[in-house]
Amino acid sequence: MTRRGRMVLFGFGAVGLAALMAWGLAGLPSFGDFDGAYGTLLSKIAVPERQASSVVAAVTFDYRGLDTLGEEFILFAAAVGVLVLLRIQRGEEDIPAEPQHSRLPTGRSLTLRSVATALVGPVVLLGLYIVSHGHLTPGGGFQGGLVLAAGLLLAYLSGAHLRLGRARPVSAMELSEAAGAAGFALIGLGGLVFAGVFLENFLPTGTFRSLISGGTIPLANVAVGAEVMGATLLILAELLDQHLLTHGRHRR
Amino acid sequence: MTFLPYAVSAWLFLVGLFGVVRSRNLIHLVVCLSVVQASTYVLLLAVGYRHGGAAPIFADVPLGSRTVDPVVATLTLTDVVVEATVVALLLALAVQAHKRFGTLDPDQLGAMRG
Repeated sequence: MTRRGRMVLFGFGAVGLAALMAWGLAGLPSFGDFDGAYGTLLSKIAVPERQASSVVAAVTFDYRGLDTLGEEFILFAAAVGVLVLLRIQRGEEDIPAEPQHSRLPTGRSLTLRSVATALVGPVVLLGLYIVSHGHLTPGGGFQGGLVLAAGLLLAYLSGAHLRLGRARPVSAMELSEAAGAAGFALIGLGGLVFAGVFLENFLPTGTFRSLISGGTIPLANVAVGAEVMGATLLILAELLDQHLLTHGRHRR
Repeated sequence: MTFLPYAVSAWLFLVGLFGVVRSRNLIHLVVCLSVVQASTYVLLLAVGYRHGGAAPIFADVPLGSRTVDPVVATLTLTDVVVEATVVALLLALAVQAHKRFGTLDPDQLGAMRG
């Protein structure tokens, strides 16, 4: 089909879809008038029951914990999928697993490298803060895990991407990802053992608005933070390696 | 009665889809797809909004005050994670397509097969 024909077809389809959407969206409650019984109830009972000030975290890691467990395994499966896709390809083309040359990712700019080095510490600290305070303030394992991954990516940017030999922390990332995923599942099993229900909160809930509160919610945040950090870094490392491989081939 | 946020969501969906159909580069296509997915965040958060509601996080909001719906916030978080995984997998496939066919133009991919 020609591009023009495709655009015309899309035009008809889009008009039809827009009409259907307008019809469907007009049936929703007016913006701001939502009255979901489930959400209203959770806003009221989450604090007395769990002492966690962030109701969103309580819903994510406790009341709807099973949903989040699935979500975490989606991320796990995606990271494995990326690794499998890109590593098989390496085997097909007989490219050595380790790039043959070193390369400075930020070029020779001393300013960029110094700024990246200076930012590593603060960004990692911010990530740890966001993970550990997920049950108190906005944030949590998913967000903090990404910030941690960004901090470690800065460490990569600040240095030379050397022959990725043993120094490369791929196995540490894999461990972090797997331990995080398993940790959440184990917290769920802990609920089954100690409270009789999978993913039920089985720890004392602590004091409202203090770091020790929310029962298993902070633990789940730490597990998810480790998993998200590991998965993100693995995916990024694999994509960066692809760049280095192609880069190396063009130079040969 | 206000439906503007819903209209924004529908518009994001359609404009992202337009980008996907018109795309001449797989990376561009993946970015357009993430615009389509962004429409669902807007829709979810718009559905759960309540007039004058604070975020359902009682760190500095007094207990018992009117808040927006916490369930849709959680659903949006799931949505964001799913989007990130979809983008990662599609980018890996784009890398593979580029290695195999030497191009990122979706129209050229089939033609190069022979």
